[in-house]
Amino acid sequence: MIQELFKRLHLRDRQLARVVNIGTPYLWLGLFFLAPFAIVLHISLAETALAQPPYTSLWEWVDEGVLQVRLNLHNFVTVFTDELYLAAFLNSLWVALVCTILCLLIGYPMAYAIATAPERRRVILLMLIILPFWTSFLIRVYAWIGILKPNGLLNNLLLSLGLIDQPLTILHTQTAIYIGVVYSYLPFMILPLFANLTRLDFSLLEAAADLGCRPFKAFLKVTLPLSLPGIVAGSMLVFIPVVGEFVIPDLLGGPDSLMIGKMLWTEFFSNKDWPLAAALAICLLGVLVVPFVMMQRLEHRIGGDEL
Amino acid sequence: MNRSRWKLYLFLAVGLAFLYIPVLLLVIYSFNESRLVTVWSGFSTKWYGELLHNRQLLDAAWLSVRIAATNATFAVILGTLAANALVRHGNFRGRTGFQLLLAAPLVMPEVITGLSLLLLFVTMEHTVGWPAGRGFTTITIAHITFSTAFVAVVVRSRLSQMDRSLEEAAMDLGARPLRVYMSITLPLIAPALLSGWLLAFTLSLDDLVISSFVAGPGSTTLPMVVYSSVRMGVSPQINALASIVVLIVSVAVLVAGLLSMRQQPAAKAN
Repeated sequence: MIQELFKRLHLRDRQLARVVNIGTPYLWLGLFFLAPFAIVLHISLAETALAQPPYTSLWEWVDEGVLQVRLNLHNFVTVFTDELYLAAFLNSLWVALVCTILCLLIGYPMAYAIATAPERRRVILLMLIILPFWTSFLIRVYAWIGILKPNGLLNNLLLSLGLIDQPLTILHTQTAIYIGVVYSYLPFMILPLFANLTRLDFSLLEAAADLGCRPFKAFLKVTLPLSLPGIVAGSMLVFIPVVGEFVIPDLLGGPDSLMIGKMLWTEFFSNKDWPLAAALAICLLGVLVVPFVMMQRLEHRIGGDEL
Repeated sequence: MNRSRWKLYLFLAVGLAFLYIPVLLLVIYSFNESRLVTVWSGFSTKWYGELLHNRQLLDAAWLSVRIAATNATFAVILGTLAANALVRHGNFRGRTGFQLLLAAPLVMPEVITGLSLLLLFVTMEHTVGWPAGRGFTTITIAHITFSTAFVAVVVRSRLSQMDRSLEEAAMDLGARPLRVYMSITLPLIAPALLSGWLLAFTLSLDDLVISSFVAGPGSTTLPMVVYSSVRMGVSPQINALASIVVLIVSVAVLVAGLLSMRQQPAAKAN
């Protein structure tokens, strides 16, 4: 009897828990993360107006019972035909690609070294990677201004060592953007790689060695393929946000640095052209959907908690 | 084998130096007497003194801390619920969509999140009259939205590694699920909740882009003040501020790290 009652109570509790656990975050993210995209799409089809908020309404009652809907595709036409925006999109993708590869080349050996370190040391090393990731992003980008300036620390050092006799111009160039991005996003590459590599079965490498495989070949044939999920996860965590990055190109890049995140910001804050900024956001979203879905698919397939 | 290990550690050391030297230089030059940040002219703590008299900056810092704390608290609640859903409720209908919604804020470029939230707030104010104006509330809601995703990652990994025999024992003894959750599950995942809270706090304290979009005229957060001052050029006051932030964060991470390290062997022993 009592057992039966408990069972029933537990069942009801569990159903309630299910509704709360799934429902609350779903509702929140649906309202504040998903629904806004519909509004962005909506406003990208509006026209700029000298009003508060600065855009026109898409529909209007012109007569009794007649609703007039005006969809303005002009913003999208501008984005697709103006060479400046096209160049900005291509350059953003290029910067993200170069930085992802650089992060991978630097991050992989670091993650490998940490993953294969003795357990005690591993925790400390991992904390050393996480620590800068917790320190203010803005401040870390700011630090590079002082280093890369024409009369900055790097130039002072190189001049005093006699390696150069003219200060190098690095700040406000694309090179400065690469340095800033790699510096800021490196932990995002290392952490998923580390998570993957610690689970690697190293007896496979021993088996390969026993069978006469040279270490480098064993790495190419065993370690690298097995760590592919980590590589993809890390690459996406770097690539996707960097395409739309604003702070780094704004502070380290030149005034003419063509990055789409910066252009969106300018359209919105300086030109007050909300509809065009919305159209840029929609296009950027369209570009990023492909790598995002790829990442999710892969994560789903390996069923991991990679992220 | 040993030779290659040695090279690997050297590479790691160089990589860590790359991560730490810029921050270290920042801290060192915050004690520089000269206004020219990059020319050393003697030790001084005067920039810290000036920082304490910068009213605008202090007000912004206080606002940021309040937003960060509120955000972190809500994000831990929502993130934990989301982690529960993913770990405990198996293959519920809409799970794929749920996972997508939780992963997207992690990688979404901030300009998109910021713009879309602003347009949502403007539309909501227009149609339902809430939130009236923009400021503390809108910034906090925006921060909770992306922080939740980060908290969910942290809590989820802890929850899925957790040993469930204690919970089962309590259930067998007749405790109701909510009671079991409160008195057994939550204490076991407490370190993850703490690091989730701290992560959400620092993410919020650090956010410039999303806040700039959803802030109103009277609500300037700390990163917004730092940003406008940095755009004018390098300033020793910002170096001093950065050093304080670095100190606080290092202590917090160290504490969180030690806590989870102490918890780890206990979890393994179970």
